[in-house]
Formats: sequence, structure tokens, C-alpha cells
Amino acid sequence: MEFLVASAVGAITAAGIYLILRLRTFAVVLGMTMLTYAINAFLFATGRLVVNKPPILLGHSNINPADYTDPLPQALVLTAIVISFGMTAVVVMMALGAFIEGGDDHINMPDDDRIMPTLKTLDDQKPEDETA
Amino acid sequence: MSPALIALLPFIGALLPGLLIRSGRTVAAAACGTTTLVALLGLLLHIPAILRGEVITARIAWLPQIQLNANFRIDGLSLLFGILILGIGLLIILYARFYLSRKDSVGKFYTYLMLFQGAMVGIVLSDNILLLLVFWELTSLSSFLLIGYWRHLPEGRQGARMSLAVTGLGGLAMIAGLLILGQIAGSYDISDILTAREAVQSSPWYTPALILILIGAFTKSAQFPFHFWLPHAMAAPTPVSAYLHSATMVKAGLFLMARLWPVLSGTEQWFWIVATTGLVTMLLGALIATFKDDLKALLAFSTVSHLGLITMLLGFGTEEAAIAAVFHIINHATFKAALFMTAGIIDHETGTRSIARLGGLRRLMPVTFVIGTVAALSMAGIAPLNGFLSKEMMLYEVSHLEVAKQGFMLFATLAALFSVCYSLRFFVQVFLGPERHDYPHHPHDPNFGMWAGPAFLVVLVVLIGLFPNTMAGWLIDASAGAVTGAEVETHISLWHGVNAALIMSLIAIAGGATLLSMHKPLLAAWEAAPRPEAKTIYDWVVLRCVLVGRALTDAMTNGSMPRALSAFTLATLFAGSFAWYTGSAGPVTRPMLPVTPVPLIGWIMAMVATACMVFFHRIRVLALVLVGIVGLIVSVFFAYFSAPDLALTQISVEVVTVILLLLALNFLPKRTLTETPAIHRGFDAFIATLAGLGFGGLTYAMLRRDFAFPTISSYMLDNSYKLGGGDNVVNVILVDFRGYDTFGEITVLGIAALAIFALTQTLLQGRSAKRLINWTHDQRRAGDRHPLMLVIATRVLLPISLVVGLFIFLRGHNDPGGGFIAGLVVAIALLMQYMASGYGWAQERQALPYHALIGAGVVAAGVTGLGAWFNGRPFLTSAYGYFKLPFIEEFELATAMGFDLGVFLCVVGAVMLALNSLSRIARKAGEVVNKTPMDIDLSDEHPEGAS
Repeated sequence: MEFLVASAVGAITAAGIYLILRLRTFAVVLGMTMLTYAINAFLFATGRLVVNKPPILLGHSNINPADYTDPLPQALVLTAIVISFGMTAVVVMMALGAFIEGGDDHINMPDDDRIMPTLKTLDDQKPEDETA
Repeated sequence: MSPALIALLPFIGALLPGLLIRSGRTVAAAACGTTTLVALLGLLLHIPAILRGEVITARIAWLPQIQLNANFRIDGLSLLFGILILGIGLLIILYARFYLSRKDSVGKFYTYLMLFQGAMVGIVLSDNILLLLVFWELTSLSSFLLIGYWRHLPEGRQGARMSLAVTGLGGLAMIAGLLILGQIAGSYDISDILTAREAVQSSPWYTPALILILIGAFTKSAQFPFHFWLPHAMAAPTPVSAYLHSATMVKAGLFLMARLWPVLSGTEQWFWIVATTGLVTMLLGALIATFKDDLKALLAFSTVSHLGLITMLLGFGTEEAAIAAVFHIINHATFKAALFMTAGIIDHETGTRSIARLGGLRRLMPVTFVIGTVAALSMAGIAPLNGFLSKEMMLYEVSHLEVAKQGFMLFATLAALFSVCYSLRFFVQVFLGPERHDYPHHPHDPNFGMWAGPAFLVVLVVLIGLFPNTMAGWLIDASAGAVTGAEVETHISLWHGVNAALIMSLIAIAGGATLLSMHKPLLAAWEAAPRPEAKTIYDWVVLRCVLVGRALTDAMTNGSMPRALSAFTLATLFAGSFAWYTGSAGPVTRPMLPVTPVPLIGWIMAMVATACMVFFHRIRVLALVLVGIVGLIVSVFFAYFSAPDLALTQISVEVVTVILLLLALNFLPKRTLTETPAIHRGFDAFIATLAGLGFGGLTYAMLRRDFAFPTISSYMLDNSYKLGGGDNVVNVILVDFRGYDTFGEITVLGIAALAIFALTQTLLQGRSAKRLINWTHDQRRAGDRHPLMLVIATRVLLPISLVVGLFIFLRGHNDPGGGFIAGLVVAIALLMQYMASGYGWAQERQALPYHALIGAGVVAAGVTGLGAWFNGRPFLTSAYGYFKLPFIEEFELATAMGFDLGVFLCVVGAVMLALNSLSRIARKAGEVVNKTPMDIDLSDEHPEGAS
């Protein structure tokens, strides 16, 4: 079983990495979602694989840790799932905004955006630029 | 008043201008003045105790683990500097009220000023060098804000940047030096360090520590070769210059040298480094000041010179020299602050600070004339003013040196000579001479508020000069005692008889007057002579740094995201492999779990979906379906391996994520084109495979081994019920044991949603709004947007799903569920209404704005946490109890439930706000809004809202 989990985590990671190396925003968003699955599964698995022992107390005395799976990774992953939703939402909106604003969903910076003004003195920019 | 409170008061004062500036600048100034006055009085009340030789301390543990404690002390030296900082600060607050014009933002000015004052007071009251460092950096930052206050002036910005760069870099060196010092002394408390003189001076680390600390002190106190920032900082408004350069900022370096004097001084290194630097600075500053045309520049370089003088005295390492240094600190602060304010008045009233355009102001500005003259004569060292006394003491010490006496005597006399010359220039070339008719403004004396401050200081100048022992003797005794660590009983007199010092002084006065008479030709020669300009050199160095940095950045990132991500992936892989092959993972101890049919089916589905994902990701809708499948299998995976909470969360997040991506896809292209050549894709696939193998391998290696260290989870299991009152350990961890984390996380989630809202807001304006209005969809729209069946079904489902949400919320503490999941379930229930019945219909029935939900959520969680304080427990400690209501099972009420309610509200608000934003974009793009639940219009009227 351990091998199945590890191989699935590996496969999902590979797919995620491949997708984030694409040139369009949507593919990158999908890749990040895939990576999220893999990483959350990995974090969860740090508590090791335990079947049928949910961390919900059966009694209030003589608690034996061997009767339950490790609850701590679960708590961490639970918030991680929700936070990664927030992250996905922000990234999607950024991708959408870039597409609407620029009419293009390329992820690379356009070449003409990279041209920097030549620097003669250190105070080239006008103060309006700073306050704007 | 506790020293800690005195240090805190200016920071409290810094908040007031922002709150009060609407009531006018006088109110804001009065508030700052009052706080300063209270702090000053608090300090003055300690005088009797300090004169008895006591040291007042306040100790507050902050981070005792690294010996960083908020320890404060008031001894004589702190008292002297505290009086200077707060006393002159008070005068500056008054002066600035009248100096700043209507266009200046006064509230901001006072805030910066009070911040700076607080930082300075903090430095001089600190009894812990780490705390001192914190305040030290704070002075660099707040002085940056003050110097760059007129940010529309390029000089202001450049000067501010330069001072921050120089003093900031010096501060870094000083951090290293003070850390070494603390290590040698074995304590970071100044009280302990001061007693460790032998240990420190015999340590092999003494010289490096000394040099590093001195770099910090020299940069701050504008000592050669770091002096160049100070004149450029004169671009600040005059009140700032007067404050920073007379009593505070530049004195911080001197303070540090004086504070550490008992430990560091007395060695050869100390003498040669400190005394020579001081001497060179004194001479150089005086020489340049003689030829400066700008009044403030003249004063700036004279400040450099006087700082050099004090540094030199401290460098001598004798008690008498230390006394002279302390006395000159007092005198310099009084006459220099007065002179700066005078220069500001002249600038304010005549419209120029150029000495060449001034002259003859004696009759036009009689009050200013008197103030300026007395202060300038004191700076020149003319008897019987206070400047004379300390200068005589300086010359006396120089003439009694044991080493290099002649050299010091010669250069000190020369410096005093230039000093006389520039001081007399201030008096002769500005006030004397014929009246002119070409001043930019017609000059006259300012109102009382503006000259009251300098006048007060000038009175002090005269009184200290005439009655030094009565006026300042006690303060000198106390502070010099604190510097030298010995009982000091000074007696200062005006007349010492004819000695070397007097002769040197007379030579200086005669020479200075002669020099002034020949000033015109000399100035021409000076202007013609080539000399290195520090600012040019500085600019050249900084420009080179910027260019190198730019070239490096450009070489590393060429704007290609895949390139950067590949590099990142490979670097991570490399680091991981390195760790794997150099470390040891321990033996394989865990047996494999047997494979059963259901997980095997899940595994096959996950693998197939993942493979399809890679091959079909260009068809975006299909890719979305595949992502959904993988997500569902992940949630099944959680369910199977004993994590019901995770499974519930994952499945509901999955729904929301897919809907979100689907809505976004509405606007994005539906297909991805093949753009990269096959070989490139092959390389990407290679990297991806390596990463997959690495991460999968790591997972496998981890799963086959037991924990390297005992986990802390048994504590959580044991105490989940006892302390948290819940059976669901995961939920108890979230809302109780790790409540602080969760609090942070829901805040982050709320911020993410607000960021989405802000992004949408900008998209709905300007260029993108125009594009949206003219948007043409690339696919046919559905004929029936709100199908009848869906409307009816969701209508029926809504109460059921809300009850489910409530149920999941309430059971969360003891069974799988809780705020996160309940929030997601309720959000999905609401979302169904939006999807089925249309935005307009749903929005009309939506009473609460989503921002408010997020805010309420964070507040609810926070308030629940604060509640614990009222029971004397730490933040977020929970309490619980079981209750019985008729007809319902026994149920539990825990304070954690309030916290969970906050989580719930925040999640609902964030999810809904994100999706709501997408719908706003859709409406901008011409999506019509229906007010009726279904698109079928049953009435005869034209459907409203379809516009």
C-alpha cells in the first residue's frame, strides 16, 4: 500500500511540475493545483498510513496513542487545503486580470517590458512617480 | 516615572498627530509638546536621586533566551542626553509649528519627529545593548523619514538616502561589534559590560570589536571619512536639521563612545583611532565650513568639526578630557540648536540662505541679530560665553598630552582658528554691513513663537558662560561621573591665568579675524582649487552597485517563468539528493500494509487521470474535469486512511475550486496551443519525471520508517478532552492547541479574498473595463441559463444544506466536522442558489456583505481568544461545559465554539467574495441580470432588469 501512495504522489507531482513549466497561465494554475494535492498528501502521510483509526476519542480515560492515527498532520493539512484554495483563487484572478487587461494569457514577461531605462543618475525618476 | 515609561512616551506621542491633525496643527503640536514635556518632567524628577549617585533601572523581560531584555537605566550620562533630547525637542516642536508652511503635512512631520525622539530617548536610556541596537536602527529609519520629509525636492530624497545608507551600514558594523563585546563580557547588559574592562581589553577580540563599534559611532556622528552625509542631510526642513544635528542624531555616536568609555578607552588603539579621527574631522570640518556659502552648509560643517572635537576629547582617554567632552556636548547643543534655528528664521524671512545675498540684517531683524550673534560668538569661543569655556578646556587637554603633543597642538589651534573665522562670518557677513535692497523677501523679525526657542537657548549660553558651576556643574559632575565611573567634582572657571591654552586661543582668535578680512580672495582660490567631492564618489560607488545588481538580476531572470521554475525544481532536487546521500535515513522498520481492492481501484483512477491530465491539458474543460477526479480521489484517500475531517474538507474545497476555475475559464481561451518544440517539451518532461521520482521516493522512504523522534501527538490525544473538552482531536488542535495558527490562517484567507476583491475593482475600471464592455464570448451561450428543474431542486435543497451545515458545525468538536467544513458546505449551498436562480435574484436576498462576514469572522475568533484574558488565562485558552436542553440530547458549549464560528464566517465570506468577484466581471462583460428567478417571464410586461 505504501508503494501505491508513494507512486501516486510521485506521479501527481510530475504532472504538476510538467504543467507549471507550460507557457499559458491556465496550465500553470492547473499544475499548481496538482502540486497542492501531492504536497498535502505528502504532509498528511508524515503521520504514516493508518487504516480505521481516526483521531476521534473512543473514551476519556486510558487513552492509548496506538489506537489512533497521528492527529497533528491532519490539522496542518486541513488548514493547508483551505489556504491553498485561497491561493488558487488569487492566482486565477491574477491570470484572468492579466488576460482581460493584456488580451494575452502568456506567462512570460514580454520582451519590451524588460527593457529598463538607462541609468545616468540615481534620481532619474520624477517625484510624481513616487507618490503616484 | 519609570525609565521604560519615559522611553515609551514619545512613541505614544507619535500616534497623537495622526488622530488630532483634523483639529488643526496647533492642537497636534500641543499634543506632541505635552507628551514630550511629561517625559521631560518624568526624567527631571530623577535628578535628586542621580545626584546622590544612584542609578535608576527598570527591567522588563522580553526575550530572555537571547538576553534581549527591555532593560532601562538612568544615570548621569542618560540624564544629560535625555535632557538635551527632550528639552531641545520641546523647543523644536514649538519652532516647527511656526516654521512649516501651509502646504506641508504637519501631522506627518510631528509623527516622524516623535518617532525619532522616542528612538533617541531609547538609545540613551537602554541598559541592554541589543535593545540599544533596536533603537539605534530606529533612529536611522526615522531620520531617513525626517530628512526626506520634503520629498518633492530631489536633494531631500538624495540626502535621506545617503544618510540612511551611511548610518545604516555603520549600524550593521556596530551590531557585529556589540555582539562581540557582549560575548567577551558574557552579558548584553550595559551595567555588566561596564564592569568587565579587564576581560574586554585583554581579549584578542578587543581590536575587531573596537573597530566595528567605532565604525558605527563614526558614521552616526559624521566623523571623517564618513562625514559627507551630514551636509547633504541639510536638505531637510530647518527644525529637523536643528534637532538632528545639534542635540540628537549625530550625538548618538558620541553617546555610544561615552557610554562604552569605561570599557573601551585607555588603550593605544583607542587613543590613536579615536583621537586622530576626531582631530582630522575637527580640522577638515572647520576648513570647509570657512568657505561654504549656504548658511546651513556652514553650520553643517561646523557641526562636523565640533563633533570631531568631542570625539578627540573622548579619544584622549583621561578623566579631565572626558569632563571637557561632556561639557562641550552641552555647550554645542545649546549654541548650535540656536544657530540652526536662527538660520531657519533668516531663510524663512528673507527667502535665501546664501551668505553672498545676505548682509545688513542687523537693523531689519534686531531680535534675530542678537540671538544669532551671541550664539555665533559662543561657537567662536569668545569669553565669557559657554563655548569659550569648553574650548579652553579642550586646548588645555591638548597641551597636556603625553604623546604627539606638538602635532595635536598645532592642528587643534588651526582648527580653532578656522572655527573663529566661520563663526565670525556668520555674524559679520549676515548681520553687519550695509542694508541691501535685493533680498528675495523683505526681512523682518518673526513672531514670538519662532524666536522663543533660540532665545531661550541663547540665555542658557550666556548663563552657563558666566556661572558654569551653578548652571551646569551638577550635570557635568553627574554625567562625567557616569562616563568615567569615578566620583567627579569639577570646578570650571573663566580665568586660569596665562597658560598654553589661552595663548593658543588668542592665536586662533587673531588668526581667525585676519582670515576673515582676507576672505574674498581666499574664497576665490578655494573655489578654483581642485578637491575631491565626496558626493560624486559616493554616487559613483552606488551607481556601480546598482548597475552590477541590475546586470546580475538580468542574467538570472530573463522574464521566462518556465526557465526560473525549471532552475528552481532542479536546485530543489539537487539539495534533496545531497541531503539524502550525505545523511542517513535510518533503517526500514515499518511493514507494508496489504493492498486491498478499493485502494487499488483508486490508485488506478488517480494514475489514469494524472496521465490524461498531461496528455489532454490543452483541452481546458477536460483538464478541469480531470483535476476534479484527482481531487476526489485525494479525498477518498484521506477518508480511507483515518482522516474524515480532511476528506470532508477536500471534497467541499474541490467543488468550490472547480466552480471557480470554470467561471474563470468562461473568459479565458478554451484551448492551449502547442507552442514549445518537442525537444523542449521532452526536457520539461524529464525535469518533471525527476521531480516526481524524487518526491515519490521520498514519500516511500518516509512511509517505510518510523518516527525518528517521539511525536508530540500523544500529548494532544491525552489532553484533547481534559483540556479542550472535545473528542475530535483534529478539531481541538485547530481551535484550541494550535488556535493561534488557525487565527492567522483565517486572517490570511480573508486577506486573499480581499485581494481578489481589490483586483476585481481595478479590472472594472480603465482599459480593462473598456475591453470587458466590448467583450465577445468565443462560445455560444446556453439558451436556458436558469433551467426550471435546477431552480426548483436547489430551492428545496437550500434549507436542507443549511441544516447540514449547522449540524456539521455543531458536531465539529466531538465528531468530524467543524467551522472550516461547515463554512464550505454553507458556501456551496449559497453558490447553488446563485448558479441556479441567477445572480440578481440571489443577490437581492443576500443581506450581509461578504467583506463584513470576513471581518466579523476574524473579530469573533479574536474576541473569543481575548475572552480568556478576563479569566486570567493566556490568549485563546478555552473553557467548556455540558448542557442539557429538553428534547435534545445533551450537548456541549465550549468557548472554542465562538472561535470556530469565526472560522466559519471567515470561510463563507472568503469563498463567496471570490466567486462574487467573478460574477461582477461577468456582468461588466454584458451578462444580463435577471430579477425573476427563472428566465421565463410569466407576466405580460417586458422583463425588467434585462438591461
